[in-house]
Amino acid sequence: MFRQSSWDEPVIFTLGRPGRRGHILPEVEETVKEVVGDLGGLIPENMRRKNPPKLPELSEPEVVRHFIRLSEMNYGVDSGLYPLGSCTMKYNPKINEELADSPKLGMLHPYQDERTVQGVLEILYRLERWLAEITGMAEVCLQPAAGAHGEFLGALLMRAYHNHNGELSQRRDMLIPDSAHGTNPASAAMAGFNVVVIPTGEDGCVDVEALKAAVSEKTAGLMLTNPNTLGIFEKNIDEIAKIVHEAGGLLYYDGANLNPILCKVRPGDMGFDIVHINIHKTFGTPHGGGGPGAGPVGVKEELAKFLPVPRIVFDGKRYRLDYERPHSIGKIRSFYGNVAVLLKAYIYILSLGFEGLREVAEVSVLNANYVLHKLRGVEGLTLPYGEKTPRKHECVFSAKPLKTKTGVSALNIAKRLLDYGVHAPTIYFPLIVEEALMIEPTETFEKEELDRFVEAVRKICSEAQTSPEKVLKAPYNTAVQRLNEVKASHPQNMTLSWRMHLKKRAATNP
Amino acid sequence: MAKRCHPYIPNSQLQTKKEMMLEIGIKSIDELYADIPEKYFLKKPLDVPKGSTELEVKRHIEALLSKNKACADMPIFLGAGCWPHYVPAVVREIVQRSEFLTSYTPYQAEVSQGMLQALFEYQSMICELTAMDVANCSMYDWASALGEAARMASRITRRAEILVPKITHPERRATLQVYAEPAGVNVKEVEYDRETGQLNLNDLENKISKETAAVYVENPSYLGFIEAQVDEISRIAHAHGALFVVGVDPTSLGVLKPPGEYGADIVVGEGQPLGNPMNYGGPLLGIFACRDDPNMIRQMPGRIIGLTTTVDGGRQGFCMALQTREQHIRREKATSNICSNEALCAVAAAVYLALLGPEGLRELGETIMYKANYAMRLLSKIDGLKAPVFKAPHFKEFTVNFEDAGLRVSEVHDALLQRGIHGGKDVSKEFPELGETALYCVTEIHAESEIRLLAEALAEVVSAGRRRHV
Ligand SMILES: Cc1ncc(COP(=O)(O)O)c(C=O)c1O
Repeated sequence: MFRQSSWDEPVIFTLGRPGRRGHILPEVEETVKEVVGDLGGLIPENMRRKNPPKLPELSEPEVVRHFIRLSEMNYGVDSGLYPLGSCTMKYNPKINEELADSPKLGMLHPYQDERTVQGVLEILYRLERWLAEITGMAEVCLQPAAGAHGEFLGALLMRAYHNHNGELSQRRDMLIPDSAHGTNPASAAMAGFNVVVIPTGEDGCVDVEALKAAVSEKTAGLMLTNPNTLGIFEKNIDEIAKIVHEAGGLLYYDGANLNPILCKVRPGDMGFDIVHINIHKTFGTPHGGGGPGAGPVGVKEELAKFLPVPRIVFDGKRYRLDYERPHSIGKIRSFYGNVAVLLKAYIYILSLGFEGLREVAEVSVLNANYVLHKLRGVEGLTLPYGEKTPRKHECVFSAKPLKTKTGVSALNIAKRLLDYGVHAPTIYFPLIVEEALMIEPTETFEKEELDRFVEAVRKICSEAQTSPEKVLKAPYNTAVQRLNEVKASHPQNMTLSWRMHLKKRAATNP
Repeated sequence: MAKRCHPYIPNSQLQTKKEMMLEIGIKSIDELYADIPEKYFLKKPLDVPKGSTELEVKRHIEALLSKNKACADMPIFLGAGCWPHYVPAVVREIVQRSEFLTSYTPYQAEVSQGMLQALFEYQSMICELTAMDVANCSMYDWASALGEAARMASRITRRAEILVPKITHPERRATLQVYAEPAGVNVKEVEYDRETGQLNLNDLENKISKETAAVYVENPSYLGFIEAQVDEISRIAHAHGALFVVGVDPTSLGVLKPPGEYGADIVVGEGQPLGNPMNYGGPLLGIFACRDDPNMIRQMPGRIIGLTTTVDGGRQGFCMALQTREQHIRREKATSNICSNEALCAVAAAVYLALLGPEGLRELGETIMYKANYAMRLLSKIDGLKAPVFKAPHFKEFTVNFEDAGLRVSEVHDALLQRGIHGGKDVSKEFPELGETALYCVTEIHAESEIRLLAEALAEVVSAGRRRHV
């Protein structure tokens, strides 16, 4: 049986003792001190820190044990199945970590002379070419730090494009399906567009008639995920692209779901003008508990001139950073991207190669359909939309019947699954499926692990029928039992830092 | 490759695949792709690599990386938003723990307490450093954090303008512009004093108005000097109903007064120097903090971890708080689109700060100041060099002007590189009014001997230049 470590590990501010140190710096050389003299005079009186920051004071082993204990209360892909739909939680190859940890990258400064950074520029340049080839785009910009950052850049590129054509004031509408991830509408709004929601049809695909009715001379573009968040391929993509393009809009591809079509079909060939890639999903780089990832953006030829500066260029001999791009939108961050993450993606592509990436796609689809097949017919679960349509990388079940009958919701299933030593699927997304359980096994888990998962879901659904209260109170085997998430956001209890905690405590027992 | 079972893909083993297909009732995986229109399928292989073994990959990557010249190959005196600092071994050990490294955003709190607590501790330490009350668990970097701060200030004040010092990092300035423009927020520059670099308060008074959502300053500034008029700037901003936004290099906060003590409403900054390698400029770690004011907290971008208890109240725990601000719930009305952020870099920062503690952080600040000032003293002794350009105290970066030596920054740079030293960043084009000027950075990693080497090399370059020009 699974039991997660459950340390009674206090918040670090209550550990240690004054005077302990976890790290000491080299002594400043005497010559330096002699030349500089008293430091006191170097900082204006009003700018000196008088109250030292109230950081904890711990020795090195105390720091290590504290964070190791915390890590033992965390579940990662290396712990077991992590079928978090839309997140593509696949195995992160160890060699990638080892190689990316090199001081030849770590201690490389972004403003170094180009002659001293040819190795890293070569890696980045080639990675751009490979990603362009894989997505079917003309050029790729590696700068965005995550998928949503890429979306924001994509929307800004649309803005630049329409502005260039003198149509920005008119093209204010961004069309987004109701199945889309929250970052799509949020990114579009951040770039100044109005969001127009397009409904999904019975078949789980964009309702083409509704799309036709929604497009107009106001359309800036359409943001689409394909395969979509139901795991279904938008089979009408040809027509969709025509409709949007004929209205003068651009087609944006949310690459969160690129995994199942790698080296099989390409967004560029389907008519997409702009794509982002979630490197930390498709290309096997670790999520790090919420980043850092990377969200490169690919574009068709006519949009390339708007990409952020600098562009990496190669004259056949040397790699160079080119800032002379008069049409560029400018910068969306400092420097050139999350290079350490991008290096891991480079290694990933190098390791797998064309055939390997195609195998990644196919097995991710096989695994998703296998799980779908084994869960079909479990009492309490249904498979909304396109009952007969094969899924790609993920499948979305609804636990609505189970909830109606037993009171056990998708959330409760998720929590109970944790007791079995598997991570929960994504829940309540996409919004168009009630009580959604969004399951993405990825290609890196073996059949036996998938069987274990299926068995756990079956058991929980039957437990819901016989002893629902047991499921409702789950989890039991995790570091802590069910947490009160509402309390964390309630104005009265809201404690977002140790400082706020101390302030609250002082106020209640003066 | 596909014929063999790939090491990362267990079910690529033929028998497993067959069993699974049999179970599903298909004869070929192609059937699962049957709904994709035929015309889209690739007709020929793509121009990508063929696939390699681990050993081949290792050789290839090491060969490529060896073409780079990094800090171990030559002393590098670059800063400007990404700084060389020592990363203690403990930090690397913790962030490589696969339970942290390979986890997703902690949506399932009960099984992710470790990450949640580590991020809560990061937030809390940032609050202590900056003397603010609330910090989020990271933005992409300082530049995008500044962009988000401008938008947040505009939402709070319902005004549409931010005033920034003319001496702001050009990449941050450009990013701010790109974030602000779609929200209808104008960015205006405030002049600086040519002698001291300090913000020109008259110009600030002239430009600030009822339209001003925020006044922004950086401390230390982009060009390394300390902006000492912060109390006055804060007063002016607040007197006009604007918010005061401050950008920081956190390594300075063991010795410099924290922004929370001079009236900052929002603090942004770059957390990379806290335990994160430079990595050629990314990943970085955007710091974002604000005051304990419900109106501000509600407008914060990004993930925030909060303290809570189990449902039965028996035990303390952590979970994501205030998610109703975020894109997955609020969609186009969210305070930001940010989803994945730089969580693991935040954990690195927390470990780093825990190792240093208050004393270590003060020592770090003092060591940096000693060394940077030492470098300034040595360089300013060289005939024809001005270091720093501004008459003001500096922290770890400072400007060096080569006008009086009759040299261009690019010439000096080339000559230094030939001597195995990487000089500072050329800022002559960014601030033409300063003439031939470079921005140098010195931290605790620079030994006294390296600084002396730099001074000797510069002295040589200057005198060689003089002979040439005479
Ligand atoms: C469909 C989809 N789009 C976009 C995103 C945003 O990606 P990121 O978290 O990298 O910003 C996600 C990931 O959560 C996603 O699942």
